[in-house]
Amino acid sequence: MAKETNKDVFLEPIFRKNPIGLLVLGICSALAVTTKLETAVAMSIAVTLVTGLSSFAISQIRTTIPYSIRIIVQMTVIATLVILVDQFLKAYFFDVSKQMSVFVGLIITNCIVMGRAEGYAMSNDPAKSFWDGVGNGVGYSVVLLLVAFFRELLGSGRIYGIEVLKTGADGWYVPNGLMLLPPSAFFLIAFFIWGVRTWDKKQVGK
Amino acid sequence: MVAGTLCLVCSVLVSTAAVMLRPAQQENQRLDVQKNILEVAGIYDEARPIGAQFDENWKKLVVLGHMPGGKPNGEYLNRKEAAEAGIDFATFDSRKAVKSEKLSTEIKGGALPQIARRSHYMFVYEIRGDGKDAPLDTIILPIYGKGLWSTLYGFISLEPDCETISGITFYEHGETPGLGGEVENKAWKASWIGKKAFQDGDYSTPAISVVKGKASDDSQIDGLSGATITSKGVNDLVKYWLGPDAFGPYLDRVRAQQNPQAE
Repeated sequence: MAKETNKDVFLEPIFRKNPIGLLVLGICSALAVTTKLETAVAMSIAVTLVTGLSSFAISQIRTTIPYSIRIIVQMTVIATLVILVDQFLKAYFFDVSKQMSVFVGLIITNCIVMGRAEGYAMSNDPAKSFWDGVGNGVGYSVVLLLVAFFRELLGSGRIYGIEVLKTGADGWYVPNGLMLLPPSAFFLIAFFIWGVRTWDKKQVGK
Repeated sequence: MVAGTLCLVCSVLVSTAAVMLRPAQQENQRLDVQKNILEVAGIYDEARPIGAQFDENWKKLVVLGHMPGGKPNGEYLNRKEAAEAGIDFATFDSRKAVKSEKLSTEIKGGALPQIARRSHYMFVYEIRGDGKDAPLDTIILPIYGKGLWSTLYGFISLEPDCETISGITFYEHGETPGLGGEVENKAWKASWIGKKAFQDGDYSTPAISVVKGKASDDSQIDGLSGATITSKGVNDLVKYWLGPDAFGPYLDRVRAQQNPQAE
């Protein structure tokens, strides 16, 4: 196997091995926080930070973690980071944190974070693990932002809270209510996966 | 060993963050309550800072329930009287008061399920036009009660006739997002506007109720689908707070003032 550089580790999960596209992980939160770009952006930053830092921290101590309790140790690290993010949002971005309600806390159970910790950080050095975590976070973010962009645009005629398609009494655009409901994210994610797999045939499952 | 050290490091990090960020979080919560008051009154302006729109003069401390030797039910307590009763007007918090035997009373007879005590005093907000003597525009009453998972805290606003509801809002709850959490849904909150809290001049028991299925008269609110217990909780708590054991006497007094010749 050719030696992977930090750059490869970072870029791979964005399109080639996208956690949502290829592995279909982290779907639950992708449905919940993507009705608006604003919450999707906050969620993206939060998840990227948590995956990056947790992979880094877990990789630092990976040789000393007793094998039998490694999952609990990983959870402790992840939970700590998520609580920090949650506290920070509550202090400085109160409105966003209120809209995201429980989904900030649920980053703890986001399969991507745990998956990278267990699957990558436990067997690679800290720098690579960090970039792998950030890469996966960004890969997740790309999908989240795409989905949120279309859901907000088609569902409420807005982009980042600014009206682009005229709705209401004097507008011409009738918002598509389905886009505001969770199932629409399934359709959009499916389109995304379809697109990516047409472009990169290797990802097609057998 | 590693695990123990890790736990220690993590707990220090979490507690430091919690302690250091608390002032900012509390300030946010205070502003959020004010924002909810402005919203329920229908006068919130997104473009202006919340603090600048909120007027401390709206705040009135109201006596709930007879106190031996105290002021009668439904009267205001001014700053001086509050001080005599051992309350600091500026910092009094009726949510904290329920922890004190002296400042709170038991809610009897299961009138408000699973809420054991309420404060003897609560702040209401009376919004007037410009100036202190302008006619009363909106009355905002604090309400709370148990839903399915959590206690819901909110406000209900009434028009000066003390029976037409002009808004409802919940600023703090832990109900399931998408089900009971829909108490925050704008469309559902809007369905309260214009409803009558009392029917046929009977001001002793509130007629307003949250029902299953379609609301059929102007005192019924369509319940939330998939959230039977939250809907029932909202029903009970609104009935309780507008009723004779809570803000009833206060509403009677305001009603008499608004309409002196009717009695």
